Amino acid sequence: MSDLFSLDNVSVQFKVGRKILRAVDRVSLAIAEGETLALVGESGSGKSTLGNVVAGLQVPTEGTLAFKGRKLDRASWPVARRAIQIVFQDPFGALDPRMPVSDIIAEPLRIQGTANAAERAARAAELIEQVGLPVDALNRYPHEFSGGQRQRIAIARALAPRPQLIVADEPLSALDVSIQSQVLNLMKDLQAAHSLSYLFISHDLAVVNHLVDRIAVLYLGRLVEVGPRAELFAGPAHPYTRALLASVPRIGARRSRGRAIVGEMPSPLAPPPGCVFHPRCPLAQDICRTEVPMLAPLAARAGEAACHFRDQVA
Amino acid sequence: MSGSRTEAAIGPWMLRWRRFRRNRAGMAALLVLVALVLFVLAAFPMQIWGGMNADATDLFARFDPPDAAHWLGRDEAGRDVLLRLMVGGQISLLVGLLGTAVGGAFGVLIGICAGYFGGKIDALLMRFTDGMIALPLLPLVIVMGAIDLTKIGFSRDFAHSGAVGFWRIVVVIAIVDWTAIARLVRAATMALKERDFVRSARASGAGAGYTMASHILPNIATPVIVAFTLTVGRVILLESTLSFLGFGIVPPTPSWGNMLSNAQDMVINAPALAVYPGLLILITVIAVNFLGDGLQSAFDPRAER
Repeated sequence: MSDLFSLDNVSVQFKVGRKILRAVDRVSLAIAEGETLALVGESGSGKSTLGNVVAGLQVPTEGTLAFKGRKLDRASWPVARRAIQIVFQDPFGALDPRMPVSDIIAEPLRIQGTANAAERAARAAELIEQVGLPVDALNRYPHEFSGGQRQRIAIARALAPRPQLIVADEPLSALDVSIQSQVLNLMKDLQAAHSLSYLFISHDLAVVNHLVDRIAVLYLGRLVEVGPRAELFAGPAHPYTRALLASVPRIGARRSRGRAIVGEMPSPLAPPPGCVFHPRCPLAQDICRTEVPMLAPLAARAGEAACHFRDQVA
Repeated sequence: MSGSRTEAAIGPWMLRWRRFRRNRAGMAALLVLVALVLFVLAAFPMQIWGGMNADATDLFARFDPPDAAHWLGRDEAGRDVLLRLMVGGQISLLVGLLGTAVGGAFGVLIGICAGYFGGKIDALLMRFTDGMIALPLLPLVIVMGAIDLTKIGFSRDFAHSGAVGFWRIVVVIAIVDWTAIARLVRAATMALKERDFVRSARASGAGAGYTMASHILPNIATPVIVAFTLTVGRVILLESTLSFLGFGIVPPTPSWGNMLSNAQDMVINAPALAVYPGLLILITVIAVNFLGDGLQSAFDPRAER
């Protein structure tokens, strides 16, 4: 599998008053063709910002992006945009209430000017069936649909220009649990049918476990661990990942299989020196307070972690 | 199967029209406005084939009561009141519509640009708007009235024709009446541009022009339509104020506004002369407001059911 989309040393900074907020800090990451990569982290960890960078909604302050090995710049963005679509968290805000569903689904084609009106109508009819809604839904408006149905419409819209990568920014978290699995299965089926890649942004590890191939863990804008799903779930290398996994509630299991994380995530306006996780880390040593650990391959298994003790803690 | 497909081909305008037809007050207002337009246009056949003239005076027939030839009687100079109401209505309605359309379009443009682009463009446009709001109406009108049009490049013929008063009033109204709409549109645009559907259009490569036309405008249509209809009513009243001050539509050319202010000297002797134009202004303003209500619900898909 070759890289479909890659980020190299990407940072995103916002000016907040006179201070600088580092929402994303020197992240390097690649999404392979046909792969589902999960981006997990607490709120405020920068995962949505990173998703926006991939979707082209946020210009990185530093670093470079590449699509299929080609560096993205002003000239090559429009082409890559057709291949990258985004699905948002809130199905109530993602669809224009004044547009009939047929126009919503065909909108990317209209913007890109790649299809005439008849072709767009045909494509919308084809897609609405693929996402499991009746054809007469095309003539209706978003407010006539439930949250799950709307999310299906949003997915149909994202599929319209035959993309290769879909950024899904917490697409399930606004839905009822019973609907979540339906949409999740739909996303899986569509992936198989269209050989899609997903960048799946989530804070819900249980959902992640059902869908993804690889997991990237973000903490305070920094990538702390990347690895294949099974290995990462079985033996998390970074103490933050471990704490995150331990905090997943399980029916029937006794509480506190490990130590849940204590405290709050520090403000990204004033990140701690050294390892950003050290104020909450149960294993923190002196070195953690002064030196920033780099993301490096693990000795024992596939994957990378940014921890000074990555090979000792497992 | 095929039935549902043909239904899918119905465009959004057709759906809006269907919803509008179901709104009784809106439909009634539309019919009233159509009737008003036909009424004011009826002046043309009366002038061309009936040989009547709205400005023809007959001092021996002052305040004549209604008769077969002059259905609403004659005014203080013996002119036919019905014909003057028709001709004056043409001018009043046109001033109302044009003044609102020009001023409103300008306000929408300023507001949407300020709201969408934000930052320095927003600051610049809004300070300009504040400046316009700070200008007092009447001194502005007096200054505008004193401008010698031949000095700024208009031909002598135009500057002294009857049409100049009409265009002057449209320009003045457009200048003073766009600020409220600009602020309204700016606020609505700022809220909309951060919505996910606008962002996903941007992620698909949509430019500013497309986003404004396809997402922002349809979503601010409701408040803008209401603001427009309120403005039409206000502009018709403003025209009468300005005409009263001798600026704008100058007698003998009639407008509902100047007929009304003309009639106030004689309100005891001939109350009908004030009642007719007053009633027409009232009906127009009410009908336009109901039309606005009807359009508002037609444009809002959620108003259904």
